[in-house]
Amino acid sequence: MAVAAPPERITPPKEGVRTWPLIDQAAYVLCWVVGIGLCVIAAAIVLYMLVKGISYLKPSLFVTPPSPSLSQKASGGFSSPLVGTLVVSLIGIAIAAPMGVGIAAWLTEYRRPAGLARAVESAIEMLAGAPSIVLALFGLLIFSQGFLKFLSQGTAEGALGQSFLVAGIVMSSLALPLVVTSTREGLLALPSRVRESSLALGKTRATTIRSVLLPSIRPNVATGIVLGMGRIIGDTAIVVVLLGATLQNEPASSTPLLGFLRGTGSTMTSYVYNNSPAGEGNSPEKAYAAAFVLLVIVLILNAVVTRLAGGGSGFSLRRRLGWTR
Amino acid sequence: MAARPLETSAERRARRSERRTERTLGALSVLVLVAIAAMAVTVFIKAWPSFSYNGLGWFGTGAEPSAQLRAMHEGTPLPGHGLLYFTAWQLIWGTIITTGFAVAIAIVVSTLAAIFITEFAPAAVGRILDPVIRLLAAVPSVIYGLIGIVAIAPWINKNLISPSLANSVSYVVQLNGESLSTAILLLTIMILPIMIAISANAFASVPPSWREGSAALGVNRWRTIWRVSVRTAWPAIAAGTVLATARALGEAVMLAMVAGGRDFAPNLLDGLALLFEPVRPLAATIFQESGGLTIGPVSHTLYAIAAVLLVSAALLSFAGWAARQPLKKYGLS
Amino acid sequence: MDPLMPPPVRRIDVGQAPTIAPPRAQQPAPAAPSNGAALHRAPRRPATVTERMRLDSVWLAYGENWVVRDVSLRVNQGAVLALIGASGSGKTTLLRSMNRLTEITASAGRSGSITLDGTDIHNLEVNALRRRVSMVFQQPNPFPMSIFDNVAYALAEQRPKRGIRKRSRTPQLESAVEDALRRAGLWDEVGDDLGRSALRLSGGQQQRLCIARSLAAEPEVLLLDEPCSALDPISTAIIEELIVQLRESVAIVIVTHNLQQAFRVGDEVAFMHLGELVEYGSAEQVFDRPREERTREYVSGAFG
Repeated sequence: MAVAAPPERITPPKEGVRTWPLIDQAAYVLCWVVGIGLCVIAAAIVLYMLVKGISYLKPSLFVTPPSPSLSQKASGGFSSPLVGTLVVSLIGIAIAAPMGVGIAAWLTEYRRPAGLARAVESAIEMLAGAPSIVLALFGLLIFSQGFLKFLSQGTAEGALGQSFLVAGIVMSSLALPLVVTSTREGLLALPSRVRESSLALGKTRATTIRSVLLPSIRPNVATGIVLGMGRIIGDTAIVVVLLGATLQNEPASSTPLLGFLRGTGSTMTSYVYNNSPAGEGNSPEKAYAAAFVLLVIVLILNAVVTRLAGGGSGFSLRRRLGWTR
Repeated sequence: MAARPLETSAERRARRSERRTERTLGALSVLVLVAIAAMAVTVFIKAWPSFSYNGLGWFGTGAEPSAQLRAMHEGTPLPGHGLLYFTAWQLIWGTIITTGFAVAIAIVVSTLAAIFITEFAPAAVGRILDPVIRLLAAVPSVIYGLIGIVAIAPWINKNLISPSLANSVSYVVQLNGESLSTAILLLTIMILPIMIAISANAFASVPPSWREGSAALGVNRWRTIWRVSVRTAWPAIAAGTVLATARALGEAVMLAMVAGGRDFAPNLLDGLALLFEPVRPLAATIFQESGGLTIGPVSHTLYAIAAVLLVSAALLSFAGWAARQPLKKYGLS
Repeated sequence: MDPLMPPPVRRIDVGQAPTIAPPRAQQPAPAAPSNGAALHRAPRRPATVTERMRLDSVWLAYGENWVVRDVSLRVNQGAVLALIGASGSGKTTLLRSMNRLTEITASAGRSGSITLDGTDIHNLEVNALRRRVSMVFQQPNPFPMSIFDNVAYALAEQRPKRGIRKRSRTPQLESAVEDALRRAGLWDEVGDDLGRSALRLSGGQQQRLCIARSLAAEPEVLLLDEPCSALDPISTAIIEELIVQLRESVAIVIVTHNLQQAFRVGDEVAFMHLGELVEYGSAEQVFDRPREERTREYVSGAFG
């Protein structure tokens, strides 16, 4: 028995906020204010840096090294700091990535003895929370004495403790927790049947990790690496303490690569700091330009992370709850 | 029939390589563990002379820290004290109010923002906010410092500090824009993204059945959010707060640039001027004085400050764990 | 005793036929047992029947599909209305429309009128309506709070016109909670410690807690959406007994997949099929003397 459609269809209204008690309405409005306010602040920061940065940015800045001079016109560009940033982050991530993946694999796949594994986890957590300035101090301590002197320039009482190598090594401890956490998340999310089927085929666990598990979590590992690089690139404290923050890159000796790596230098972050009123302070224009370039680099890295993470796995802030209103 | 060996050579090789791998990776992890433990121990060892000389007075008031540090640089101790004399109260107080205010504001703002993102925001706004939060999280702290020192501090100086206000405290300290409020503002913006991301994730994970049940009982949407979602998300909010506070405590460079850098303990009795007085948090102090690390007493003092920071980070971790315990009873973790 | 001997095995005697009564639905419907009603229905006192809600020509749609078509029913206090039907028959949607829970979905549409005590429910404020027409869901969903806080939840959120202050354990609040727990049959089991976490209760207890939670606001109508489908038979029996007792004070509508349950607890039964109301009458009439062919087929288990 077919029944005809009704004459009119009423669409239900949204739950009216007007009917709520006053204090709830106030909270609702407050949430909106905060939400829009966030967008405004972010827009303000980006626009400000954009405007100021572009107005002072010149292509020549990328290729001219900074030179000591009181006037802004003659103080050169930021080619050396740019190289410095690149070198330091490469060294840092070259150390942190394999170590981080290895530690994460050990923590998830082996975990024996259990007490040791827990201790390692706590240590990684502590490392993640340690201020970079403290890490820098510690780095200075161990790298300026003892058998590690060779990593930086020697002076009368021991090594300076400041060089690209030293800074790179300490920077790796910044990136390490991020790589470990990302890789662990990826490994823990893999269903156990992947491991079981590989082991059932007679592969050792080591082979399983190397040829089955790690390739499937490549996005996670990449995310961790890029996040780590972002953290390294954005750090200033370690650079100032462990790299010397000298105006130009000053190699420690004349040996081509090793001399450079053992020498002091600067990165974009210390360059911005030095040129701002807080540092030597006489070229805020260069500071703006360098800050702009730094921001762009970091944003690009960020976009890479977003694409690697698949734009939704675990980091997406909005999730449909089934309540579409 | 010949007895089959217990293990073929290939299996033996595999077993050995397996053990080798396990041992290598394990050794790697232990190496990191040892390095981190060594860091903590070394910092404390280097810090010990400063603590043992000053005793509990290290945390108290006395001469100004900058004067004490200058004395160490010059090698001439302040009258009546040794070279290691150091009283850090002004720095500690600076850290407490800067971090405290920033975290307090950030908790409120991040919870409201997370609620907005997950509940009230229309689809388009939500899509914008996602990259916005990530952008704010990615900005290096030195850029916040730059904006603070060249844009915000002068603005505050020009617009918010009236001459009378400046005069009221001029007998003690000169006010320019680099102050507590600049520091708090920028620090809050810096730690907000982490907290928002964690909180929003937690709010989105609240089981829909609870929210539906609450709606079916006739509780309006805001009350549902407040009593059910916030309660469920509370452990995550606590975890995010710990992370954010650790970041705020360790922030050295940005605060060195905008907080004023003069060791002055903002005085609550100064009224509104409190907000505009300069401040010198602990981590910023280490950074600013790092040039003097070759000098014995200075290095002991700076390591002592670093030790205090490490201990605070550990205490924070514990506090975060403790804050999550009461709710475990009700099934939330 | 020799320790290597296996333990003695109890032999199962399969000579006798099992003594389980065949389920009612497998008997052909026209051959109605004369005292079948007395066998499976819970004993109950006759109650005075007052009309609480009236549905007139209700149509409901999600998106483009009309999932409920032209349904007219009455919900009475003193009688339990059981909605039965196969999956997709629209009975759950109909239930949810009675407390306007369907409005959560943006694509929902409706037509027709639903009134509570004479007032169209769409003219009432939605939260006020839901306090008067309460719902219990299929999966127990107690909040992650103590038992006391769960039951007091709705009360604490109401405007203070009942004189109950928010969340403080006033004597009024405590007595209201105890009253609700007694009506739900849970007081004896949990009354000694109301501070326990609600999530530690068993499934049946959690569901009764949800019922207590709904009853705390003293609703006029209680909607139950397959409340026992996730529970074991003992808990089911306890809750069914509860339902029969409650029907005198609250109008009850229960949606159920389980025909025996509908017969056990229902006074009035409405059978829906593919969105239409096929048959609506007293329980005896629908199960023993169905008028429609489809009803007969459904209650005899031909489909479903």
